[in-house]
Amino acid sequence: MGLLLTEPDRAMLAGAAGPAAAMALRIVVGAARMLGAEALLDIASAHIDGCLYHGPAGALFAERLVASGGRVRVPATLNVGALDLLHPGRVRLDPETAALARRQMDAYTALGCRPSWTCAPYQAGHRPALGQDVAWGESNAVAFCNSVLGARTERYGDFLDICAALTGRAPATGLHLPANRRATILVDASGLAPALCAQDALYPVLGAWLGRRVGSAVAAIDGLPPDLGEDRLKALGAAAAATGAVGLFHIVGVTPEAPDRATAFAGDPPREVIRLEPAMLETERDLLSTGTLDRTGRIDAVAIGSPHLSLAECRELVARLDGRRVALPFYACTSRHVAAGLAEDAASLARIGVTLVTDTCIVVTPILPAGGGVLLTNSAKFAHYAPSLTGWAVRFGSLEECVETAVAGRLVADPGLWR
Amino acid sequence: MKALALLPGSTRGPVLRLDRPLSFWGGVDPASGRLLSGPGESIAGAVLMVPEAIGSSSSGAVLLELLRNGMAPAALVLGRIDAILGLGILAAGEMGWPTIPLVILAAADQTRFETGEMVEIDSTGLIEPAGMVLPTHRP
Repeated sequence: MGLLLTEPDRAMLAGAAGPAAAMALRIVVGAARMLGAEALLDIASAHIDGCLYHGPAGALFAERLVASGGRVRVPATLNVGALDLLHPGRVRLDPETAALARRQMDAYTALGCRPSWTCAPYQAGHRPALGQDVAWGESNAVAFCNSVLGARTERYGDFLDICAALTGRAPATGLHLPANRRATILVDASGLAPALCAQDALYPVLGAWLGRRVGSAVAAIDGLPPDLGEDRLKALGAAAAATGAVGLFHIVGVTPEAPDRATAFAGDPPREVIRLEPAMLETERDLLSTGTLDRTGRIDAVAIGSPHLSLAECRELVARLDGRRVALPFYACTSRHVAAGLAEDAASLARIGVTLVTDTCIVVTPILPAGGGVLLTNSAKFAHYAPSLTGWAVRFGSLEECVETAVAGRLVADPGLWR
Repeated sequence: MKALALLPGSTRGPVLRLDRPLSFWGGVDPASGRLLSGPGESIAGAVLMVPEAIGSSSSGAVLLELLRNGMAPAALVLGRIDAILGLGILAAGEMGWPTIPLVILAAADQTRFETGEMVEIDSTGLIEPAGMVLPTHRP
């Protein structure tokens, strides 16, 4: 065993492409050795998660790459940063931290990455082809890229994503290899009522359950309606990648590598079969709400858009609000790409009190009012991360519940939703 | 107990063993090294044992901050191979900042160690009780 490097790899390590490429390839090689890869492979594109500010170290790392002449060798999009560059003042960071966060974002654009600032690059035109090897970071984007687009990426962490982009090389391992992409666990969803399957709110809950149940294993879910649509798949994958380490899932009859059950399992029998019962999902839905919520149904703010809202989701929000003014702070997080497509709708949302957040979101940087409260969201990813990252308690609900609650200024729950 | 030395190194410290998967992003404060759920223990200086690293790919960045500001664990013991945290350690090495060993030990074997127990890890991945040996005094 051992890692086999090509002549061009060796030349790059020796500095033929400059010191930044050499440093980046040392990191790629180090990762390849950790993962037991036997070779590196060429990648077609990258999505870089490293531009979000966590502290000075991340900014200094990126600036080191810039100072040593780094330049991406493949098209690369950027994930969210810690600032909303289109709406200055929306983020409550002290000026010193904001300046460092801005330096980090600037460093990544100086490396040649596209300033897309979104966790959903697949909604901003970055859509690699079926079977193409790419290097993507951001757990929801990884799950979408592998599962919905059928392009091949490992779960790239910060640093490896930009290093792959700077070298065009990545470890030939994990989900790049066809053998690791076949399902091993079968989830039989045929027992779920068609009325439940028709609800958008099912899919983040199903994803959260999947991540908690299968960890990093590849599961195939059978028995869901064939017309799921990208927004539901996005919600499912984001949740599964947050509660677990899911980088790839298959939906039989829906996702490209699972036209039928046999193909999803590459002809092998499932290692495990799980029959999904509605009660399992009700338990998972309740886990997405903070346990200590008071009985008054108090809600202090509403947030949607993790992953970033698609144009279709923004338009659904506009339609559901139907010009009614919100009585609670309402945050809608999306990309600048989608916001540009909103045109007149963006202004009308602002007029009725909706706060549009672009380039970032409410859990990765301080946007919610200080002091905490109870946040209502239809995003399992927001629900999963908000308590620890923002200090806010969370109640999970459907988009309809989010909208009606925001308009009424108090919780409007729909108890019939899961019956 | 022999672990797989993914990023070898030798160190010692008190065990902090978690029995649930951990995401460093959203799970550990990058400035203080405190866990953001449960009783909020600090992972700084601990031999941190985790059955599985989960969640966001930003976890390596959180570890890089901890390595730079001196709040990192003394070593990371993960139940299964995961490159995301290892990347934070590789990046720290490139930046000339302190690095820590990363070893792989199955979750079932991690349960042989108790939180608070002093252990030593050597460069081959051997994890042993630190026993009688007193920490070297540095004036």
